[in-house]
Amino acid sequence: MELDFTSDQVAFRKEARSWLEANVPSEPLESFDSKEGFDQHCEWEKKLQGGGWAMVPWPVEYGGRGADLLHWLVFEEEYYRAGAPGRVNQNGIFLLGPTIMEYGTDEQKKRFLPKMASSEEVWAQGWSEPNAGSDMANIQATAVLEGDEYVINGQKTWASRGAYAHWLFGMFRTEPDSKRHNGLTFILCPLDAPGVTVRPIDKLSGKPAFAEVFFDNARVKAENRLGPAGEGWSVAMATAGFERGLMLRSPARFQNTARKLVELYRETEAQGEFIDSRVRDEVARCWADSEAYTLNTYQTVSRLLSGGKIGAEASLNKIFWSELDIKMHELALELLGARGELLPSAPAAKGVGEWLDGYIFALAGPIYAGANEVQKNIIAERILGLPRK
Amino acid sequence: MDFSFSEDQMLLQQTVRDFLEGECTVEHVRSMWDTDTARSPEFWGKLAEIGIPGLLVSEDHGGLGMSEVDMVLVLEETGRAGTAEPVIHTACVAAQLLQESGNDAVAKEWLPKIAEGSAIVAVQHDQSPFVSDAHVADLLILNSGDAVHAVPRADVQLTEQANNDPAKRLSSVEWTPRAGTLLADGDAARALQAAAFDRGVFAAAAQLLGVCQQLSEMTVLYATQRKQFGVPIGSFQAVKHMLAEEKVQTEYGRSHVYRAAHSVANAAPSRAVDVSMAKRAMAENAVSLAKTALQVHGALGYTWEQDLHVWMRRAWSLDTAWGNTAFHRARVSAAVIDGAFPAIPFGYEVPAA
Ligand SMILES: Cc1cc2nc3c(=O)[nH]c(=O)nc-3n(C[C@H](O)[C@H](O)[C@H](O)COP(=O)(O)OP(=O)(O)OC[C@H]3O[C@@H](n4cnc5c(N)ncnc54)[C@H](O)[C@@H]3O)c2cc1C
Repeated sequence: MELDFTSDQVAFRKEARSWLEANVPSEPLESFDSKEGFDQHCEWEKKLQGGGWAMVPWPVEYGGRGADLLHWLVFEEEYYRAGAPGRVNQNGIFLLGPTIMEYGTDEQKKRFLPKMASSEEVWAQGWSEPNAGSDMANIQATAVLEGDEYVINGQKTWASRGAYAHWLFGMFRTEPDSKRHNGLTFILCPLDAPGVTVRPIDKLSGKPAFAEVFFDNARVKAENRLGPAGEGWSVAMATAGFERGLMLRSPARFQNTARKLVELYRETEAQGEFIDSRVRDEVARCWADSEAYTLNTYQTVSRLLSGGKIGAEASLNKIFWSELDIKMHELALELLGARGELLPSAPAAKGVGEWLDGYIFALAGPIYAGANEVQKNIIAERILGLPRK
Repeated sequence: MDFSFSEDQMLLQQTVRDFLEGECTVEHVRSMWDTDTARSPEFWGKLAEIGIPGLLVSEDHGGLGMSEVDMVLVLEETGRAGTAEPVIHTACVAAQLLQESGNDAVAKEWLPKIAEGSAIVAVQHDQSPFVSDAHVADLLILNSGDAVHAVPRADVQLTEQANNDPAKRLSSVEWTPRAGTLLADGDAARALQAAAFDRGVFAAAAQLLGVCQQLSEMTVLYATQRKQFGVPIGSFQAVKHMLAEEKVQTEYGRSHVYRAAHSVANAAPSRAVDVSMAKRAMAENAVSLAKTALQVHGALGYTWEQDLHVWMRRAWSLDTAWGNTAFHRARVSAAVIDGAFPAIPFGYEVPAA
């Protein structure tokens, strides 16, 4: 156990810090759930990539920096510390990227990863369907191989940033009459292909952040299949742990929110507002929980660096960070009192509207990336060993 | 940066686990309840043979010269096995306190005895008016304001205080400070007291981690075997989710405990808040798990005969030991919110050197 950073890691931290200080936009960008904000965020990603910071742990030839996951954690700490914009291509860089790295052919890596790193191509995740939510193995959209093309029919839904994204990765049933996890294939599909219709859906924030995607004899080149035909489920699951267990929500994000929450508490107290003692205790607890999440992530990364894997314990993470995120925002709204309901655009909001936005966003945490109740089933059966039936 | 244990450390853990599974069976633990002292010099001698009391004692004084980062996994195993012997007081707190005291004569006299298992040392701290294991102690470390004394048991008056854990004996101690027993005073004493307390807090949190592990495993086993409505009760989602929620808390508490081990071993500036976060997390988890475990065991768990309460009582008694949860909550808030002492975010704010 060695909990100090090496001089190389400290130097890397300083380099990241100074680049971010010089380059992070001084005014917050529009939300990437609007077209204007989406474009602003793509611009920012291009700049980030130009500085070599878009995907720190990827090989240089694919647009990364060739660093390890510890450097990535350090980078994330600096990224949140600098108040840098959210990652518009998170489904690409954090979810699909690692899958392509593991299952992609050399051509696919060369074709997709650099443009993903620069966000020239932004990705949507097409897993959910109207009848395949928690029960993802109930996927019904089909893809039939004709010559060197897949002909796709069916519907995907809830694709985040699907309204503006360029590509979608999804699972489709390629074996007629196959059941459940069998006969699914992982396919990469351009959203401007003929036969593809994208219909934006406004989410709880009122912004068109998701989309439904309809496929009507859409044709996709067979070379866009990722991994073996019929084994899409294992391909997708191989890196699902990365989503829930590591990359999607790096600890710095929560440490940063916890730090702001403590500041909000201190300001509220300094203004002489009444604060009940439960709130004081809960704020400190959130700070401690964000530390626990961070420590746990460093343990995970240390394990990965010595050849370990992320397994079912990713489900523990998913529950912990999603509940923590909600708790922190609830406390902030409580501290804000009457100002808690102000939108960021209200003249009196003066920055506090971000807490409301954050709260609305945090509420989705226990639903996406696998509902928390489903994660609890996984913990009970695969970690604790309780009987399935 | 490497937040993991070495192979040697994990081997030590396995060795201790195997040893305790053989020697510290639940029958052994229960058999001690009805004895006068609840302690067996023979069992303590066996713990000494595998090196536990001397783990932190320097090699010069006949110990293994290891650190809290090695010790934490051992403590976890003693919690898991329900070992109630004064591992925390003697092997962790007293051993390090005597080494740090700067009093060579006392160190030379007592450390080899601790290491070989021939002396029990009990330790008093400010969060409790009682001292645990004073009745079998050869030496007591006692506070008198800003002074720390090392007092032979013959020089103190004990009044035993019946308590809820039959594996534990608590006493009130009456004594008169004398120059001959003084170990340290003033700033040196305050530093010793603070370090000793934080070490005790850390060690209790580490044992609680083992208690949680055991409560969870016992309950999973029971829920797998017990059938109602024709199926194992563990197949009901309500039962699964209760146990899964506890598991989430145990695993994040574990991260706090391991970090606390490192902070104590390295006298980190954030030591106090690190150990309090660990103790709070584990005590809350253990007390909650005790309730969940009881619920899942049904009426059978509510009997004296069922072994479940061996660990329920460990959970409760370690919850009160070394500052209860209310105390540690207040300490964490004081650090994090008022900045009363350093709360340092891990990684996040490493100063640009
Ligand atoms: C903000 C947001 C972004 C999203 N982005 C994407 C995306 O980019 N791409 C994509 O493919 N999908 C996306 N999703 C969809 C998400 O993956 C699904 O919402 C999720 O899998 C749950 O499916 P569902 O909504 O159909 O709920 P259902 O499956 O209908 O479940 C509803 C509730 O029922 C309970 N439940 C269901 N099954 C069980 C069970 N086995 N045991 C116990 N309780 C159960 C749970 O409480 C669950 O929350 C997103 C969702 C949100 C909210």
